[in-house]
Amino acid sequence: MKFSGFKVVKEALTGHKGWAPLWRNPAPKAEYDIVIVGGGGHGLATAFYLAKTFGELKVAVVEKGWIGSGNAGRNTTIIRSNYLLPGNQPFYELSMKLWENLEQETNFNSMVSQRGIINLIHTDGQRDAYRRRGNAMMISGAGARLLSRDEVKQMLPFLNFDNARFPIKGGLMQPRAGTARHDGVVWGYARGADARGVDIIQNCEVTGFRIENGKVLGVETSRGFIGAKKVGVSVAGSSGRVMAKAGMRLPIESHVLQAFVSEGLKPTIPGVITFGAGHFYVSQSDKGGLVFGGDIDGYNSYAQRGNLPVVEDVVEGGMALMPMIGRARLLRGWGGLVDMSMDGSPIIDKTGIEGLYFNGAWNYGGFKATPAAGYCFAHLLATDHPHEVATAFRFDRFERGYVIDEKGVGAQPNLH
Amino acid sequence: MLIPHPLLGLRDSQEFTYLGDAALMQRPDPAADGAEAAFCDYVFLRDNPAGVHRELWFHEQGDRSWLVVTRDTTTHEILGAELASNLKLGAAQ
Ligand SMILES: Cc1cc2nc3c(=O)[nH]c(=O)nc-3n(C[C@H](O)[C@H](O)[C@H](O)COP(=O)(O)OP(=O)(O)OC[C@H]3O[C@@H](n4cnc5c(N)ncnc54)[C@H](O)[C@@H]3O)c2cc1C
Repeated sequence: MKFSGFKVVKEALTGHKGWAPLWRNPAPKAEYDIVIVGGGGHGLATAFYLAKTFGELKVAVVEKGWIGSGNAGRNTTIIRSNYLLPGNQPFYELSMKLWENLEQETNFNSMVSQRGIINLIHTDGQRDAYRRRGNAMMISGAGARLLSRDEVKQMLPFLNFDNARFPIKGGLMQPRAGTARHDGVVWGYARGADARGVDIIQNCEVTGFRIENGKVLGVETSRGFIGAKKVGVSVAGSSGRVMAKAGMRLPIESHVLQAFVSEGLKPTIPGVITFGAGHFYVSQSDKGGLVFGGDIDGYNSYAQRGNLPVVEDVVEGGMALMPMIGRARLLRGWGGLVDMSMDGSPIIDKTGIEGLYFNGAWNYGGFKATPAAGYCFAHLLATDHPHEVATAFRFDRFERGYVIDEKGVGAQPNLH
Repeated sequence: MLIPHPLLGLRDSQEFTYLGDAALMQRPDPAADGAEAAFCDYVFLRDNPAGVHRELWFHEQGDRSWLVVTRDTTTHEILGAELASNLKLGAAQ
């Protein structure tokens, strides 16, 4: 089944009888070439690019709940490539390029919307730092614009420009950044992978790894043993407890990050706005809700829900930045598990166990990485070599002293 | 979350800053063989358990003591708190 405008019109006129499920629900086979653990955006994108680029491989994605029930369905959907460090920026720019072509590639409307992101500037020092970041972005081809206070005022007239503590002095904008529909991304990749022969196995929790003589032979699951020549783990916030089953300790702590959405409003916010100094960022969904969040709660958590102090902190930031937000009613708030790493940057690498591969440590920013993480993890799984934009995302960077620490705060996950 | 401070009673966790796994109190011996690898593990690797976790909280806006809090990371339930200074530094747990 191919989606097109023509198909939508035809189905509307013929009683919508021609739509089919987007993917099958197969029982697990006894063995695959590659088993991906975790049916979030990353796991499904990995399967999609494996099937698309390395089509002869037999691939399965094993998900403990339903696909997209983790962070893929809980994030605030911001996509951007506005990083500073050379280990990161080319990777995120590849991801942005894949976003720009995602809907054509998967024939699915993922609602990629490049409405731009503006990081607000409050001090001269911050402007210098953002100018430097903007230059790094331009070198990578991502594009960047340094905005004056007046330019920001023209685009976002509703902000409080004269807050005594954090007056707005300008902004760094990436016009190509924006948002995508998170569930649409999951469904698009799932459908594309399924159509290329990938088995997506839901309600199937990996409970252990079968490892003999340092080599992985498959995964133990709630639906029995599944053999695999290679296993790729991509379980985001659950990385610690899943890799512990293979006897590994990781440079990761699991934390909880909360997000919120208001009632639906008429279009008011053109793109994404970040108020880093006040721990607040916001965008508006296509349904009209203001989608916003702030910092992680800051303590180890697997609870998938946060506590009230962060709710207070986030809405305080919102009120300081755009007082009109106080008139909107809060509809929902929720939490997701984020895999915070020791330098705030990800890992896409082999492990010390032959045939066992790992993609994780995405911190609070792995949604934007979904296409490139899938692409690069597929590349690693199929070729045993890191993709050229992911060569820095190694386990051994910590012991070798090659950390990728965008914030420069050291091995303290709750500060990244 | 309310932390049962051994000296001050129940205190709001907002008064504290969080450091992480209490295993950080077991600093490796820099003079021992293999100290470099031991320090690398100490600085960068964590058990990160889903369940009971012993962790260091600093009562920054209180009496500035370090506590070892035992907490369930799957429910946020706090199971106990001890003064870190009462625990023997460097003792094997
Ligand atoms: C509130 C919030 C806001 C965020 N906002 C943004 C944002 O604006 N922009 C951005 O770039 N990033 C954002 N992120 C981060 C981003 O959502 C994640 O980094 C990213 O989704 C992680 O990759 P994933 O989609 O594969 O994860 P997930 O969707 O979490 O996938 C992991 C999957 O593994 C499964 N799993 C776990 N254990 C097992 C097991 N034992 N066996 C089988 N399956 C298992 C889980 O059920 C889950 O479905 C946000 C995160 C949160 C929580």
